[in-house]
Amino acid sequence: MVPVEQNEVILAAEGVSKRFGGVQALDKAAIRVLAGQVHAVVGENGAGKSTLMKILAGVHRDYEGRVMLAGREVIFANPRGAQEAGVAIIHQELNLIPQLSIAENVFLGREFLNGLGLIDFKKTYEETRVLLDNLDLRIDPRRSVTELRVGQQQIVEIAKTLALDARVIIMDEPTSAISEREVDVLFDLIRSLTQRGVAVVYISHKLEEVSRIADWITVMRDGRTVATQACHGVSHDDVVRLMVGRDMDEFFSKTEVAQGAEVFRVEGIRLDHPDRPGDYLVNDISFSVHRGEVLGLFGLMGAGRTELFETIFGLHPKSSTGRLFLDGAELHVASPLDAIEAGLALVPEDRKLQGLVLGMSVSANISLANIVLVERFGFLNGRLEQALAADYGNRLRIKTASPGQSVRNLSGGNQQKVVLAKWLATRPKVLLLDEPTRGIDVNAKNEIYKLISELAAAGLAIVMSSSELPEIMTIADRIIVLSEGRQTAEWPRATATDESILKAALPRSLSVSRADVN
Amino acid sequence: MSNQTDYRAMAARFHSLVALVLMVLAFGILADGFFSVDNFWTVMRQISVNTCLSVGMTLVILTGGIDLSVGSILALSGAIMAGLLKSGTELPAFDLYIGYHAPAAITLGILVGASLGLFNGVAITRFKVPPFVATLAMLTIARGLTKLYTGGEAITGLGDTFVRIGSGRLLGVPNQVWIAAGIVVAAGVLLKKTRLGRHIYAVGGNEVAAKLSGVNVKRVKLLVYTIAGSLSAVGGLIVTSRLNSATPIAGEGFELDSIAAVVIGGTSLSGGKGSVFGTVLGALIIGVLNSGLVIMGVDPFWQTVIKGVVILLAVVVDRFNVKE
Repeated sequence: MVPVEQNEVILAAEGVSKRFGGVQALDKAAIRVLAGQVHAVVGENGAGKSTLMKILAGVHRDYEGRVMLAGREVIFANPRGAQEAGVAIIHQELNLIPQLSIAENVFLGREFLNGLGLIDFKKTYEETRVLLDNLDLRIDPRRSVTELRVGQQQIVEIAKTLALDARVIIMDEPTSAISEREVDVLFDLIRSLTQRGVAVVYISHKLEEVSRIADWITVMRDGRTVATQACHGVSHDDVVRLMVGRDMDEFFSKTEVAQGAEVFRVEGIRLDHPDRPGDYLVNDISFSVHRGEVLGLFGLMGAGRTELFETIFGLHPKSSTGRLFLDGAELHVASPLDAIEAGLALVPEDRKLQGLVLGMSVSANISLANIVLVERFGFLNGRLEQALAADYGNRLRIKTASPGQSVRNLSGGNQQKVVLAKWLATRPKVLLLDEPTRGIDVNAKNEIYKLISELAAAGLAIVMSSSELPEIMTIADRIIVLSEGRQTAEWPRATATDESILKAALPRSLSVSRADVN
Repeated sequence: MSNQTDYRAMAARFHSLVALVLMVLAFGILADGFFSVDNFWTVMRQISVNTCLSVGMTLVILTGGIDLSVGSILALSGAIMAGLLKSGTELPAFDLYIGYHAPAAITLGILVGASLGLFNGVAITRFKVPPFVATLAMLTIARGLTKLYTGGEAITGLGDTFVRIGSGRLLGVPNQVWIAAGIVVAAGVLLKKTRLGRHIYAVGGNEVAAKLSGVNVKRVKLLVYTIAGSLSAVGGLIVTSRLNSATPIAGEGFELDSIAAVVIGGTSLSGGKGSVFGTVLGALIIGVLNSGLVIMGVDPFWQTVIKGVVILLAVVVDRFNVKE
């Protein structure tokens, strides 16, 4: 690859657009990465950061616009092509193979071979040791990666990219799983990399860290790169405003519903962290919901919303504490069945993996959580099942060829409605919705908002989690913000603003005081 | 009116049915004496044991599991039935001898099968042992126990009542065929028409979604392995009674034939897709194949090769129709 001078443009994207089905993920996005500098990319979930990075790293081949490497246009055939050109990406979920050693991971796919065609382990270990020494990680390269802490594993990933002779390293949320001291080590590493002319693209939600390490910052919103500025001198408020500012066209407005008495209350919910003893995935959450109310739960990815719902629904009985109250009476939920019998319902985050049995028909899926509705004399009754499916099919406007059709072939929006139908068939008092409109096109989203509105009007208490600001502002009566497992803020919709919500949702490094929240 | 109707599953069954019809026609032409009432009942009798085992195997595979121990459980249950009939139970400490009539011996034998199946289920659900490993272990354990119990020799002379179960007829139909047919019908109704059956499909289709929907996944799995164990014992009943003898090597290799029947019948090994009807077709195909080749005088070793090829073909054809 053509060597590029320090501070010259080494990697650039111009006018890059990409659609996924009905969703415009990127809209003429542009970025210019300079050699030897750290370029941060920030934006809400869904802003397009990941998609843009994947295009730069060769994961997506099919996009509009141009990617330029050292001034010349390139089209990467696949990630390997990008790697060979010197562009490497370190994903948020590290891509190390647990059963292999550090050295084997670093040189995976590019093993040194001796004359007989067998792996030359001696050379592999030596080369790895050199790389690790440069990165100040003095660990035997023969050890298994599972013995390392996450922070050290990240350094192994960096070693991998250096073994590739990467000139541009893209890091996606590198500090989400490491301690503060390790963050310092990482930043020292990044500085030494940039001194050697490597360009680093740094994606993160943590604005304090970004100000510490980045030279440039690009803000993305709705698939567009809305601003690029030198990091020095930019205030967090400015950045948050850029992340959030949008044209306020409300395509859906919620009808006001009179709210009744408190129906559901949770107190002090805590869920142990599976890998870090003493740490919590959900840390002391309490809230209550009233009849007819839609409580919005806002948080970025990793905030703990799904884990909170799972805990409430009885999926982690042995590693969680807290109390649940329904209509004032305390509940004891040790399994999803307990939760369902108590009157709770959970529409999970991933409809294909958790919400539906794809191989079964629409009607079989709808009756699954409350089969007694379609039984007569102890046997399943086909006619009752058809009637149930037709009933909910009409009420929720589910479009299928027939109720006997396999649910696999439905569109995302219709699949989500089937999941919703299943839960409504259990006649719940409280409906928990985890990102109910994820991966659904705009029209179907509106339909689901309308349904939620109708359900609230009918007296249901609804808790809906979302990572999309406009959605929460549209549909929720009251908003609670979760960040890193903790409850950071609560507002009625009238007094909540996009910026205050996002600020409360952004994770913070431990060195910053909480004085500037709200 | 089945709500499980999924055109792919129906297509798979179609293939099995078409294949079966073609095979019958082909053998009718090539094998002299294949097309006779006598041979029909011979085939029916020959597949009755495999059918019992395969029905249990179908339930297990539908939940995404597998049961390699069916042949060994067959042997141990059969041996215990025979042993109790022949020699009863002696309790010298109490100066007691208990003799058994056929119904009691049979019930106890089936209970043994059920317990072994339950043991499999507990290993799999409570101790998280993968089904392949747990049932493989049971395969060896039960076989060993059988050899211990029988002292390595056959137990014979089990009395007319018992023997009539395996070799008698009722209304012109061999008893073993009645038993197998009854099990097929019961299992078919269970799968399509009961809550448990629906839960079985849900657990196999998507265990996480099933659990979140309130299905007691552990209980479903415990039940299917217990049922499989019981049905293996019924197979043991048929084998032992029609031979009037329980041997230590009874049932060896039966697990492979039952898995073959399930697979040929269109049930997916990953779970959630399949039916008892398909398994019956699978068992029939194997039975017809065996019968036809024997009548044609084909070398028995070639028979095994051909059977293997048929299994491969069945799955390949199935894959072709599955547009994933």
